[in-house]
Amino acid sequence: MTMVHSLTINQLIEKLRGGELTSRQIMEACLNRIDSVDDKLNAFISYDVEDALAQADIADKARSEGQEGPLLGVPVAIKDVIAVKNHPLNCASKILGNYESPYDATVIKKLREAGAIIFGRVNMDEFAMGSSTENSAFGPSRNPWDIDYIPGGSSGGSAVAVSADECIASLGSDTGGSIRQPAALCGCVGLKPTYGRVSRYGLVAFASSLDQIGSFTKDVKDAAIMLQVIAGLDDKDSTSVPEPVPDYTAALSGELKGMRIGLPREYQVDGLDTEVKAATESAVAKLEELGAEVKEISLPHTEYAIATYYIIATAEASANLARFEGVRYGARIYGEDPEEMNCKTRGAGFGDEVKRRIILGTYVLSSGYYDAYYLRAQKVRTLIRQDFLEAFEHVDLIATPTTPTPAFKIGEKAKDPLEMYLSDIFTISCNLAGLCGVSLPCGFSEKGLPIGLQLLGRPFGESDLLRAAHVYQEATDWHTKRPDLD
Amino acid sequence: MEYELVIGLETHVQLNTRTKMWCGCANEYGSDSNTNICPICLGLPGVLPVLNEAALRKTALTGFLLNCSVPGYAKWDRKNYFYPDNPKNYQLTQLDFPSTVDGYVNFESLGEIVKVRINRAHLEEDVGKSFHFADYSGIDFNRAGVPLLEIVTEPDINSAEMAYDYLNALKIILEYGAVSDCDMEKGQVRCDVNISVRPKGQSELGEKVEIKNMNSFSGIRRAITYEFKRQVEVLEKGGMLVQETRRWDDNAGVTDSMRTKEDAHDYRYFPDPDLMPHRPSDEWLSAIREGVVELPLDRKMRMMSQYKIPHESADVFVREPLLGDYFEQAAKGVKNSKSVANWVINNLQAKLVESGTTIDGLTFSPAAIGELVDLVESGKISSKIAQEVFNEMFKSGVSPLDIIESKGLSQVSDTVQLKAFCEEVVAANPSSVDDFRDGKDAALNFLKGQVMKVSRGKANPKMVDDLLREMLVD
Repeated sequence: MTMVHSLTINQLIEKLRGGELTSRQIMEACLNRIDSVDDKLNAFISYDVEDALAQADIADKARSEGQEGPLLGVPVAIKDVIAVKNHPLNCASKILGNYESPYDATVIKKLREAGAIIFGRVNMDEFAMGSSTENSAFGPSRNPWDIDYIPGGSSGGSAVAVSADECIASLGSDTGGSIRQPAALCGCVGLKPTYGRVSRYGLVAFASSLDQIGSFTKDVKDAAIMLQVIAGLDDKDSTSVPEPVPDYTAALSGELKGMRIGLPREYQVDGLDTEVKAATESAVAKLEELGAEVKEISLPHTEYAIATYYIIATAEASANLARFEGVRYGARIYGEDPEEMNCKTRGAGFGDEVKRRIILGTYVLSSGYYDAYYLRAQKVRTLIRQDFLEAFEHVDLIATPTTPTPAFKIGEKAKDPLEMYLSDIFTISCNLAGLCGVSLPCGFSEKGLPIGLQLLGRPFGESDLLRAAHVYQEATDWHTKRPDLD
Repeated sequence: MEYELVIGLETHVQLNTRTKMWCGCANEYGSDSNTNICPICLGLPGVLPVLNEAALRKTALTGFLLNCSVPGYAKWDRKNYFYPDNPKNYQLTQLDFPSTVDGYVNFESLGEIVKVRINRAHLEEDVGKSFHFADYSGIDFNRAGVPLLEIVTEPDINSAEMAYDYLNALKIILEYGAVSDCDMEKGQVRCDVNISVRPKGQSELGEKVEIKNMNSFSGIRRAITYEFKRQVEVLEKGGMLVQETRRWDDNAGVTDSMRTKEDAHDYRYFPDPDLMPHRPSDEWLSAIREGVVELPLDRKMRMMSQYKIPHESADVFVREPLLGDYFEQAAKGVKNSKSVANWVINNLQAKLVESGTTIDGLTFSPAAIGELVDLVESGKISSKIAQEVFNEMFKSGVSPLDIIESKGLSQVSDTVQLKAFCEEVVAANPSSVDDFRDGKDAALNFLKGQVMKVSRGKANPKMVDDLLREMLVD
């Protein structure tokens, strides 16, 4: 029997409309689920039971008065990097102390307008820097399919909360794969919209030119519902784009016949796990069987993507994180003068990975090195984008494994940052090129760990992306599998 | 050996937009500390900047006023440095693609018209202001995010006086364009000086020294004078100058070294990823061009030639643009525009000060002043009566002609009537008549005064003079 907390948005809304369930019941079910499993999983940094139930009651009242909303009464968990008014905002770091945001991010405003219950702060790598959620000041999150394994990152908590049915959907952010990678490793659907599709206002910036907010959901239909709510131009974000927002749910219906799917030659890398390879190949075969036309493509600058990413992302981060020094908010450690206060506060407040990236970013922007690193990286970024735009002349979507391996063990790569960086090899280019991408479950390893298929689409090509993913899910049942946590 | 000065100025000017550069907070001086603030100008986690279009317009307008060109592409960069008054610990500014470039300012200095080239006028954001108390410091972020224009000259300035004149000329140009209120006491204008000396005739520049912390134009003049002397003394003693930043101490009247080149900041500039580059369209620019006003120096030259007024008067009208505008309306169609200028500067201005009113509050039209001047010119009234008419006009707003008519103030030029006045006065003052006849010329002035009195000031003074002489010489 399906427990209510494992419902999808689509199923839940139907039950709420039909009066079979109330928002309070679903909220309580989620809270009970958290009570029983989150000690093991550590998906949530914090949540406010009273506030969540109050929002649920408001949603029930609104519904009883005849109001509607695409997410009316649906509990959505929020990655601890997105500002929610009067909720803690820590970015899984010590440096923010007991800071609470005085304002709502634009996506939160939109979720509220759609009726969602804004619920909880979910765990992540500190300031979204990492691929395992081990870099959290609040302890690592654990993979619900095997708690000795990492859930991926940086939005690990968002993925765990959805996969373990602790909430119905969640928001995360993706700078180099931080939505798609944990979605793949936890077996849920992670959508990274095109850069500019969703407002970044209220998302604490890691790398401003790469960051994008997206959703974690239990299936593709829910991803379409979430995107419909959060997408659109925002006059508070100059990088959001006035591209019209299509009807994503309507775009799901249709078939794959005639859709061209490209397989990048350069993604046949040495480190690719055989089980991952097999699972994604059979997923591609399934897509072909469903009518898609599959062909090989070339993305010649692929090998430079990781280096390019770690120059641009860290350079931007070094400036973005400069504001955390204890002058206006957050934790403060006093010093004799402002400089000493800065050094002590930042020294104690940031974790190792964040410091490593700030130092790297500071270095690549330094006088005398700027041209060799930052400027060159920007040029390579343009080439990488051109690779994709050229490929999209010939295909409609690109299919790849989301990650080169299934989840690795907690602590396995924590000592080797470079090894950790390589786990983002298939997801990073999408951010550099400003594309949209989705990861969806396509199988399991022998150990029972989920494997994800990544589909990449043209800028603002979310409709095609979601349709292909949806048609695949209609024909498979990977997305319906749930970890056994009892 | 003779040395020459080479000076370039970097002037920061706050634009007088209604709101700040990236958010809707008021751009307002004098509010209580930390009242004009919001998450955006405080740099709270997650916020993003959105450009204030009015700041872009005022920047482009300033560019036009400074004869700059406005490139088709401008972008914003992050200048990274830690300071408690800098909310994001980076300042948004324009490094290599500024909004305006390559202009010049013509102005008067030491009696001639000189030119200083403008390298650029770029837009950036102001930071907060620190206050230091006994055992702690506070920061007021009201100023953080106020649009700030940095106007950078080429090293074309060669004396303290010229720097001073440039700054005054710049200030008045910006006031003309209504882009800044330019109140130095409110910190709306701040200036850093780049200065070097070299033996006269040498083409190579000396070591550049930057002086900061001057809080008035005259302070800048003093700092340059001091620094020139100091640098020349170092060189004369066989010493070496180093590239450094020095702080002006206004009380002591000296500069002190702040930092040398070795510990200069590395600002690690890079393009801001949160803001899109600005590509001004032709329509946008031509709409702004319509706001370009006549420059102060052009106005002065035109007024001097158009109205034949002395440069002192023209200077007054340049300094006081509203008074100048009033003058130009008053002088319309009046033959003796110089006299109109005198009336406006000497009488009107004095009366405005005395009564505490402004030009906007006047109850008569500028044309009334022209009318008054014409009445004097045509001999209808004496200048003394004109004074009386003016006072009445200022009080009641009634036109000069109406005042003259209702009060019967027209000058009397009728010989028969004047003769009668003169005869009356001569008969009543026999001793003065005798004095005059004995050669005391001053007695005639007394008699003339008496005639004016009898006529209640209306007698034509020239005719009275002629008539009296005629009568007394017989």
